Amino acid sequence: MTEKNERKIVIPGEIISSGNDLLPGEGTEKNGENIIALKYGLAEEMNKLVKVIPLSGVYQPRRGNVVIGKVENITFNGWVINIGAADNGFLSLMEVPRFVNKDALDEVMSIGDMMVGKIWNINKRGIDLSLKSRGLGKIEEGLIIEVNPNKVPRIIGKEGSMIKLIKDETDCNITVGQNGVIWIKGNKIEDELFAKKAIHFVTERSFISGLTDEITKWFAEQKKENTP
Amino acid sequence: MVTKTFKRPDGRKVDEMRKITAKVGIVPNADGSAMFSFGDTIAVAAVYGPKMMHPQHSQNAEKGTLRCQYNMLSFSVTDRIRPGPSRRSMEISKITEWALEPVVMLKDFPTQVVDVHINILQANASTRCAGINAAALALAHAGVPMKNLVSSVSIGKLDKQLVVDLIKEEEDWEEGEGATDMPFTFTPDGQLTHVQLDGKITPKQLKEAVELARKATAEIYEIQKKALKEIGGK
Repeated sequence: MTEKNERKIVIPGEIISSGNDLLPGEGTEKNGENIIALKYGLAEEMNKLVKVIPLSGVYQPRRGNVVIGKVENITFNGWVINIGAADNGFLSLMEVPRFVNKDALDEVMSIGDMMVGKIWNINKRGIDLSLKSRGLGKIEEGLIIEVNPNKVPRIIGKEGSMIKLIKDETDCNITVGQNGVIWIKGNKIEDELFAKKAIHFVTERSFISGLTDEITKWFAEQKKENTP
Repeated sequence: MVTKTFKRPDGRKVDEMRKITAKVGIVPNADGSAMFSFGDTIAVAAVYGPKMMHPQHSQNAEKGTLRCQYNMLSFSVTDRIRPGPSRRSMEISKITEWALEPVVMLKDFPTQVVDVHINILQANASTRCAGINAAALALAHAGVPMKNLVSSVSIGKLDKQLVVDLIKEEEDWEEGEGATDMPFTFTPDGQLTHVQLDGKITPKQLKEAVELARKATAEIYEIQKKALKEIGGK
């Protein structure tokens, strides 16, 4: 993805390309000779695969996604977590890598707590979450902000370049959930608010190419303002 | 057709629509939204979802549900109308669902529901057509998978003359055979998803009306397309 791919906005039903040399990917369909878009978004061509990156809409959960959610309910064998998708997430007792007293699940997490989890399975009953990975678990302190889930890839950047930059510049630990919920944890509240500002800067300009350079410039400016 | 000599109350040509405006992304809280207007007729559509269908017994395990709510605001017409659902608005809600269902890929989200709320801010006939056009834009904006967009227009028959995009004055036409109102909804590739007929028409003239509608919806589609592309990236 180093060279600039030509991206164009497509609308449902629009023909993206004709002929048989390309394959239809996510958000597209083959209709006779043509590949047509099924969603409103940016059409991208990569390795002979055409796909549409949605620009708006609700979060579509996917296996392997790291998400941040809120505990909505406690059942006898786990927690019901709201991750902002159409279905609720469910975190089973078995997926918590520590000892849990079965009679007091709320000692681990109670209703209203925020947590970082990973989607390990999606079926028609719901979305199964797991905590069996590094960096997952209950959120004890920090700042939670919400952004449009479709802008998450821009916040993370290519191979995490953007988020790494923000982390380094603000001296905060940031976890970005694919569902658009972001957890910022810094030493000072000022740092956390600064990181929040930086993230909002990125989301507002998500359509600009060369955004990483832009944000580097922005950080330099901010530094100048803060140390007169 | 009696074309040349025919005079419409607002001086338009028989195949001329009112000024059309379309705008996408006007309700910040919705997952997708759009405004569409034919002259004085203004419709706003907001889409929420796909989200969980509640209550559970209304869920469909085979495919998703499209739920439309058409509502005319009390101040949208000169005589204040009683707010809330009426026989007319419930019928139009259902018609709108049927007009949109063939293009929305409901198979992709079983047990879930997409809510479409259509509000008519100002009415001067063709409100259902403006509503369907706005809803199609809002659904696309909400990222709901769709096979295509739809565009809707009303064709009228005033006495014996076919005209495009009726206004209230024309709907109440009383000379000769009176007025016939026919809303049509087409996909850009020319497939029909909805027709209604209120009045009388000969089979021959109906064919003419379909052709007229096809031409008008092609124009509307270009405007819808432009509206969606304009806000791209924001």
